Amino acid sequence: MNSIVALIPVFPLLGFLVIALFGKKLSKGLVSVIGCGTVLASLVLSIYAFSRILGDLGVANAFNVGTDASYTIPLFNWIHAGNFNADFSFLIDPLSVIFLLIITGVGFLIHVYSIGYMHDDPAFARFFSYLNLFIFFMLLLVLGDNYLTMFVGWEGVGLCSYLLIGFWFKNTEYNKAANKAFIMNRIGDLGFLLGIILIFITFGSIKYTEVFDTAGSFQSNQAVMITITLLLFIGATGKSAQIPLYTWLPDAMAGPTPVSALIHAATMVTAGIYMIARSNILYTLAPISMDIVAGVGLFTAIYAATIGLFQNDIKKVLAYSTVSQLGYMFLALGVGAYTGAVFHVMTHAFFKALLFLAAGSVIHAMSGEQDIRKMGGLKKSLRITFLTFMLGTIAISGIFPFSGFFSKDEILGHAFTYNKFFWLMGVLGSVMTAFYMFRLFYLTFFGKFRGTKEQEHHLHESPKTMTIPLIILAVLSVIGGIFGIPEVMGGKHFLKEFLEPVFSASDFKMLPKEMSHATEIILMAVAVLAAIISIYSAYYLFVKKGNLPPADNAPINPVQKTIYNKYYADEFYAKLFMKPTDWLSDKLHRFVEIKFIDRAVNFVGEGVTWTSAQVRLIQTGHIGFYIFAMVIGVILILLYKLI
Amino acid sequence: MNTIQTIHINHYILLSTVLFCIGVLGVLFRRNAIIIFMSVELMLNAVNLLLVAFSSYWNDPAGQIFVFFVMVVAAAEVAVGLAILVMIYRNTGSTDIDVLNKLKG
Repeated sequence: MNSIVALIPVFPLLGFLVIALFGKKLSKGLVSVIGCGTVLASLVLSIYAFSRILGDLGVANAFNVGTDASYTIPLFNWIHAGNFNADFSFLIDPLSVIFLLIITGVGFLIHVYSIGYMHDDPAFARFFSYLNLFIFFMLLLVLGDNYLTMFVGWEGVGLCSYLLIGFWFKNTEYNKAANKAFIMNRIGDLGFLLGIILIFITFGSIKYTEVFDTAGSFQSNQAVMITITLLLFIGATGKSAQIPLYTWLPDAMAGPTPVSALIHAATMVTAGIYMIARSNILYTLAPISMDIVAGVGLFTAIYAATIGLFQNDIKKVLAYSTVSQLGYMFLALGVGAYTGAVFHVMTHAFFKALLFLAAGSVIHAMSGEQDIRKMGGLKKSLRITFLTFMLGTIAISGIFPFSGFFSKDEILGHAFTYNKFFWLMGVLGSVMTAFYMFRLFYLTFFGKFRGTKEQEHHLHESPKTMTIPLIILAVLSVIGGIFGIPEVMGGKHFLKEFLEPVFSASDFKMLPKEMSHATEIILMAVAVLAAIISIYSAYYLFVKKGNLPPADNAPINPVQKTIYNKYYADEFYAKLFMKPTDWLSDKLHRFVEIKFIDRAVNFVGEGVTWTSAQVRLIQTGHIGFYIFAMVIGVILILLYKLI
Repeated sequence: MNTIQTIHINHYILLSTVLFCIGVLGVLFRRNAIIIFMSVELMLNAVNLLLVAFSSYWNDPAGQIFVFFVMVVAAAEVAVGLAILVMIYRNTGSTDIDVLNKLKG
């Protein structure tokens, strides 16, 4: 591998530096060229890296020899202390290459989209500098060849997420949302950090290759392995918005819509998936942790989907949908379908980015309105947005042959062989997904316009910079499934073969149960049929009968109210954690801070002042006295020497 | 056997000590700056005397060379010191060191 690929993260970093330092002096055109150009350069290099890996695998297959198809590009020795050693080097292997393509590919499209979306924002340059910084850290996260480099990227993307959620920092609510995201992530990060430390203590290294090689000799379900994997998983729940640390993601919608698409749907939130997929061998050796991962993922998937059913904010629906889809990915990881998880990351990146961007286009046309109760009938005036949003909605609902079908089906298939109950719940979740997505779709684009006259007058299709990324993403959402066509449909499952070197050790240990092709087809049919019924009921309710979600103050039944208020999770957290913390802080402030710490500090200060006031008097100004003191001093020294 | 060694070393030490003590007492108890100056010179010369005596008994001329340095430094010191004294006298009309007590904490 040519070491030129080490430049992949450098371009966005340069873009960030240039825009951040000189952004105010550059024109908007130049800023957008730099912002998008740097990501495009990274994309080109990523494609090059991808083709090299692909070529290697092809050669290995042709001659029937094994290959791990991974390259380490050493850059420099970063930290060396005692027996702790962390190199700053990049790892290019099938898994990181897939993520590189997703990040730079989807990232580039969203950069282009942002040119149009953010065009009237006074902080245009600041926005692009943050986006470029985000891309840099995200690339660092997936490129690092050890856990510490991953952690640096991990923290970096958290920072960028914070900066971009609070991008419109004049709004206090947005700042609170940004703080919430950051703090929630910090809780998870602590788990991740402890996990890294424990990995170092256990394996004596934090480099992936060394850790995984050593791990191979461990017994299954050892306590230390379970602890490591669970600590890492805590990190993943923070970054990837799983129960119990998911509440920040819906609030993160305060950021500009391209940010929601890029960071809070397509890339950053999948970092947890990447981390677990990367550590697959550790998880395979800790089946208990895998059960927990699967359970948490499944529960989150269902839980978030139910909340999504009743939300009225176009971005909130998509946010809960993201949480739910991430739950599916964790379910996949938990049942050992690592390829399925990565596949779903990819297809989800396509259709969720598309849905968010299309939602952004709607919001743009509606002059900032986000409440779907005030939309309706937009299909006439927003043709391209309507069509692309429709394709994205069908894809996420898992209708054959759209991309979502293949990835979701793979996850559900593995869940079925693992535990039939998981499969059933998974199908239930996908039914709800189809329902709330089509509810959103129908309420937004069908029926009559429900906004103000002024808004109706302003309705317009978005500029080309916004619609072209939409179209590209729509095409990807439709055909994205070709990378993982299952054998039962006569496909080769390209992604499975491509990722084989990364997951082979785990697959070897997992020995997945096979299921017959007939079962597989029945499962697919059931899932698709259930989704179609669900879509029809959404059509019946919201188009035929023209139902509308209740107004804010309308009386609704208690169950619906509970779900609409997100099960009061925020209030619950406030009671359970924030109140005791506030109480404790208050007590500590009053008793420890004021009574002890403040007093101690003041005592030292006052003591110095008092002593100085006394000692000052020795300086009488009488020269005779000084001389006398000097002579006495000399005599004392002499006496001391004599004795 | 040179002339210096015709007298016993103890006498030199005793004389120097006496001279030095007179110098110290003069510095301590006199108030006139010029007398203090002279007392300082007395102390320096007491040390010089002792250096010469020791160097002779020790058969090492280094001590006597050192004396030259002390004398040079003393001369320089006197030059500067007397200049300061002149200025003090012009400003205060006195050479009493008790007048100079402005520099206190």
